[in-house]
Amino acid sequence: MKRFADLHLRVPLKNLHQAESMIRKASELGYNLVGIALSPHATREQISQLRHICSDAKVDFVTRVNFSPRTPNELLYSLRRYRRKFEIVAVRCHTKDVARQAAKDRRVDLLQFSVTSLRKRFFDEAEAELASQALSSLEIELTPMLQLTSFSRVRLLSSLRREVATAERFKVPIMISSGATNELFMRGPRDYAALATLFDLPMSSALRALSDNPWVTVERNRKKLSADYVAPGIHVVGRKTDA
Amino acid sequence: MLKREKRRYLALEVVSEQPLNEQTVLDTVQSSVHRLFGEYGASQANLKLIKFIPEKRQFVIRCSHKALERVRAAIASTTEINGKTAAIHVLGVSGTLKALSKKTRNI
Repeated sequence: MKRFADLHLRVPLKNLHQAESMIRKASELGYNLVGIALSPHATREQISQLRHICSDAKVDFVTRVNFSPRTPNELLYSLRRYRRKFEIVAVRCHTKDVARQAAKDRRVDLLQFSVTSLRKRFFDEAEAELASQALSSLEIELTPMLQLTSFSRVRLLSSLRREVATAERFKVPIMISSGATNELFMRGPRDYAALATLFDLPMSSALRALSDNPWVTVERNRKKLSADYVAPGIHVVGRKTDA
Repeated sequence: MLKREKRRYLALEVVSEQPLNEQTVLDTVQSSVHRLFGEYGASQANLKLIKFIPEKRQFVIRCSHKALERVRAAIASTTEINGKTAAIHVLGVSGTLKALSKKTRNI
């Protein structure tokens, strides 16, 4: 049985009641893991409150941070400062320089692009090649697809189709997430997979983008963040303590 | 020999605060399919409302099994009913009504 993940819930941290209802809805819809976007300055208390709500709803909780840097240097600064605090790091690329830097940096997990300004979608072949070497993934949020209408949606679908084809060609993992800000924009994983077929992502790949791909990234990052991790392929298997 | 068309039954639930009736929900699904896939796609979907339970806001529709993914995508893309924000969730899909009622026990 597949374990589904929604790596991007935009839960309002100031309204814990709504946060709780969104997390419960995710659990009802069949997700086993939810990623909640937090501010880089999120307090431990906020994180533990969310963790508590998630454990009550029987879903695994992943901390996530979204960066929107204006320059590559700003991105590097944010990564140096916050990477170890969060399990998932997503970068919204507003410029080509930032997109290239994010794609080649192994500390970046997810690459996001603008949904309103299609000229700012920089996921081309060069970007895909860098991303595939650095194990970054292309994140596709489906809430904008629900919100947009007529030609805006047509244009978005057309760009997504091109990007998905590029990602598949360069073997860049694709992650599908909701990006939902309230319960009414949340859908079940199989519904999202059906929506992903609109931009020619095959059903099997769409289901993988909602289950295996996010889980692999989360587990890899959790290993890296654990105290036993030393370097890629090296981890502490036991410690000797002097009595 | 002419092959019988296979069908799929979908149990759906509407999340909306406004009152609903059979015609509204069927029109909403049909117009979503029409908006996304056009007249040709909508004609292939062969949609029919089978059952409607207003108190639970749940209903069952039937579609051609070839159009299942398209119908599902159209249902997922529904964000409003009669101009008011709403969502439709798929509770289960099956090839027979009997199996569907086993899967989704409360329908």
